[in-house]
Amino acid sequence: MSAPGAPVRPGGPGAAGAAAAGTLASVPRRPDAQGRLEARLRERREAGRKLVVPYLTGGLGDDWLEVLRAVAAAGADAIEVGIPFSDPMMDGPTIQEASRRALEAGATPLGILGALAAAEVEVPVAVMTYYNIVARAGERRMAGALASAGVAASILPDLPLEECGPWVAAADEAGVENVLLAAPTTSEERLAAICARSRGFVYAVGLLGVTGERRHLASSAREMAARCKAATDLPVLVGVGISDADQARTVCADADGVVVGSALVRRLLAGAGPEGAAAFVGELRAALDAG
Amino acid sequence: MLDPGPTGRFGEFGGRFVPEALVPACLELEAAFASAWADEAFQARRSGLLASYAGRPTPVTECRRLSDRLGVRVLLKREDLAHTGSHKINNVIGQALLAERMGKRRLIAETGAGQHGVATATAAALLGLDCTVFMGEVDVERQALNVFRMRLLGAEVRPVGSGSRTLKDAVNEALRDWVATVGTTHYCLGSVMGPHPYPYMVRQFQRVIGDEARAQCRALLGGSDPDVVVACVGGGSNAAGTFAGFVDTSARLVGVEAAGGAALGNGVPGVVHGMRSMFLQDEEGQILEAQSISAGLDYPGIGPEHAFLAASGRASYFSVGDAEVLDAFKLLAATEGILSALEPAHALAWVARAAQDGGIEAGSTVLVTLSGRGDKDVAQVMDLLG
Repeated sequence: MSAPGAPVRPGGPGAAGAAAAGTLASVPRRPDAQGRLEARLRERREAGRKLVVPYLTGGLGDDWLEVLRAVAAAGADAIEVGIPFSDPMMDGPTIQEASRRALEAGATPLGILGALAAAEVEVPVAVMTYYNIVARAGERRMAGALASAGVAASILPDLPLEECGPWVAAADEAGVENVLLAAPTTSEERLAAICARSRGFVYAVGLLGVTGERRHLASSAREMAARCKAATDLPVLVGVGISDADQARTVCADADGVVVGSALVRRLLAGAGPEGAAAFVGELRAALDAG
Repeated sequence: MLDPGPTGRFGEFGGRFVPEALVPACLELEAAFASAWADEAFQARRSGLLASYAGRPTPVTECRRLSDRLGVRVLLKREDLAHTGSHKINNVIGQALLAERMGKRRLIAETGAGQHGVATATAAALLGLDCTVFMGEVDVERQALNVFRMRLLGAEVRPVGSGSRTLKDAVNEALRDWVATVGTTHYCLGSVMGPHPYPYMVRQFQRVIGDEARAQCRALLGGSDPDVVVACVGGGSNAAGTFAGFVDTSARLVGVEAAGGAALGNGVPGVVHGMRSMFLQDEEGQILEAQSISAGLDYPGIGPEHAFLAASGRASYFSVGDAEVLDAFKLLAATEGILSALEPAHALAWVARAAQDGGIEAGSTVLVTLSGRGDKDVAQVMDLLG
């Protein structure tokens, strides 16, 4: 709080690195070494398997770590854990509601990371959150916290390629793989640059829109998978709008795998618990294994 | 003021922090704005509508009785007299023409007090475009008249029930819509906020306020500029437009925030709604709810150029509380016969306070942008004053 009558002055002019920020040139090159998430997904893909990556909101329900272990045991190849944010602009009603409930129950970034550190799941975990959560903690501090918690990767849907420099520099140094997203509106030129900088996998957004279930698979889902596959050898996972086992199987004609969020979170919100979550992930696994 | 360049930076603030799906649309908008701004035909059409439709130029009014009361010479830039009752029309005419130029036939907008929603619905009606306005449920209730106005103008008003159910949530919902409809829809953002090019573009569309006021003040003041230039700040569009006309003069620039939404007074740097700026947030980075009697200032952030002007010291920012605002609202009505909107009543409240406590030297000339008229707030003020 500033003293009454005194004007306020945040920070100071000309903060370090401001000149290059926001340009492609400000984004460090991807390290040559493969990270743990990428290595695991490649290994599974090479074994002829399609990949299933379920998403669940950290801190949603007292039993969320049990849900995490249950979906790991049910055949998840990696797991996306959401750190809830107050203003989730890429999320539809289901994940908005899950975020709200988790925050109301007292979920915090460090609380979730602490729980993950103790969880000892063998399946690689990617944290999905919004950039303000990272910016507030500070890039280096958050990257260190993710690494200490054993988190393999990060997914920040509101941090596009040109702006990701400060975060990927810190994440690379800490050994955290930052996954970039490609959208149906992305040009071929941008797609190539995104694929060249993404680590872990390339997240192909299956439709124009926010997260949430859709009755039918968008035609853009397979197109996005095919476009990304043509642009990179990284694993390509399609997410946003993948709602059931049928849709997952269909999109995997082109994609290496799927991220499934809202369809799982809706079940959790309805009280499915670890067993219900495992049953749903098991369905996805079986459908993809059946091909 | 600054051209923030292709990265949209005002010092460390600004940028383009949006989902990948929206990056191409922001780039397209940036290019379309640059080409339109340099196009004489576009500018002629825009100026023509501002004059013949929006009623520009708006006058500068000398406030004799208020000045006597306060001991400083107060001039008001009368945006309350613009069509639709506020400065919002300046920006909206520009963006609606730009949407048409880009071949987008649908406008979406967020609104808090309803003024930007009404202005967008108005421009959409004028140009025959579809219009959807997102408005928090709390604001739908306290600004019922503006909701009805928008519907009369042919817009669809979508109440937003998520989060704090106010302006920030309306922005989230508008962004969510835009992610899904970006091929056919232009997001007509109402303030100097959001991803690049919005903060810059909206300031350019609003700088007509400051450019007019500067010439009008010089005519009134025998060629001099006012000593102090004051405007209220939520996102900060009327202030940015006003300051643009005076930034290269010696006038002191003052922005006034609502005490319950003082992103510069109480906020810290963050990245929300596409921009790095100052936000009210907790230790973990969760955005806090702003609290103000004025729906238009009920926003936990501020435009990035204001964060920069504050950091550089070129402008100073203060905050005032609800009680002072109501006093200023009554004072202007009683001394000058003008009902101010609650938003610019914040600017007047600061002038009244500073004239008393030495924050403004006695005898100074002070220009205040009266960004909107008070009709929309009269019922609320009636409740508050009992």
